[in-house]
Amino acid sequence: MTVIEAAESLGLEVLTGPQGLPRTITGACASDLLSYVMARAKPGYLWLTIQVHPNVVGVAELLELAAVVITDGQNPEPATLEKAREHGVTILTTPDPTYAVAGKLYGLGVR
Amino acid sequence: MSYPVLGGGFFLAGRAAAETKRRLREAGLAAELVRRVVVATYEAEMNICIHAVSGRIHLRVENDRVKVVATDRGAGIADIAQALRPGFSTASEKARQLGFGAGMGFANMQRCADSFRITSEVGCGTTVTMEFWPRPQTEETGP
Amino acid sequence: MKLREVIEALDAEVLVGQDLLDREATTAGAADAVSDVLFFGRPGMLLLTGMTRAPMVRAAEVLELAGVVVVRGKRPDADAVQLAREVEMPLMACPHSLYDACGRLYVRQLSGPLPVPHRPRQPAPGE
Repeated sequence: MTVIEAAESLGLEVLTGPQGLPRTITGACASDLLSYVMARAKPGYLWLTIQVHPNVVGVAELLELAAVVITDGQNPEPATLEKAREHGVTILTTPDPTYAVAGKLYGLGVR
Repeated sequence: MSYPVLGGGFFLAGRAAAETKRRLREAGLAAELVRRVVVATYEAEMNICIHAVSGRIHLRVENDRVKVVATDRGAGIADIAQALRPGFSTASEKARQLGFGAGMGFANMQRCADSFRITSEVGCGTTVTMEFWPRPQTEETGP
Repeated sequence: MKLREVIEALDAEVLVGQDLLDREATTAGAADAVSDVLFFGRPGMLLLTGMTRAPMVRAAEVLELAGVVVVRGKRPDADAVQLAREVEMPLMACPHSLYDACGRLYVRQLSGPLPVPHRPRQPAPGE
């Protein structure tokens, strides 16, 4: 499944990094603890989080994640969006809570 | 009623909130009102536990109105506007790893309380005053 | 979904609440911070979390959650277990990631937390 397919299936809104939309998703991680994500997430992962600060972009870039999905209707800070644009990181948002987004992706076979 | 809260020990956080809940249930207040007071009180209690030396949570119930005053002795807040921004936190990395200091405390309090006031003096401490009264119910009970 | 089904779905171990497994969880939610539990926790919700300390159990208690599952192979600490016993809050531990735990329950039809609507301020009585 690609990022754009996941976005369409789940109704995720694309905020930045449209060039990353064709990327294939290799797995997913749900965590709001950056240290945990740094230890566990792999290249091509979708990262589900409610965190909205610019560090999220740094982590996504470092780990070569497919995209960051900010859940629960949280709005990324302007600095986060700007950094994401500069670094080509794909950020998606959804009003749905992490549990439901994880659930739907898992149901679609993202594991 | 007032409960002392120890600073520097977030592991004890929640006791004042639990006691508050017990008292409000005894007073027969509506579940949605009790919930909001408990959530806001818990957030205020966590702030004291994480950031202050010591503090107190004062609870007053008059008919169906509740007033909570959380006051502490500690470093105080230099920039209140900044502190109120959702996501802003001065909690340590360790605190965050344990589930504290997410920076949503004041946002939660403001959302739950019907009246919210905060004063602080650097080097002295902080006082948060919140009032609550019943809200009309809809199908989906917020907040 | 009864807690005994949750345990089966998550390969979970019951630490507190062996006698409470017929309790129903009506929804589930994932959180790694106490403030998030306070934000969307509702009576009857099952909490999936990486938090392991007593204040997390306290939050579950005051919000009347159905139970708590600590994920990622982590274990709640002794104070958390003790408090869970005192307040009769079912407490479980499962080896899976938070993502997998959410997925396993969601595909078994356990729905997510209800939306939290924005409420405008209401006037005080007498205003």
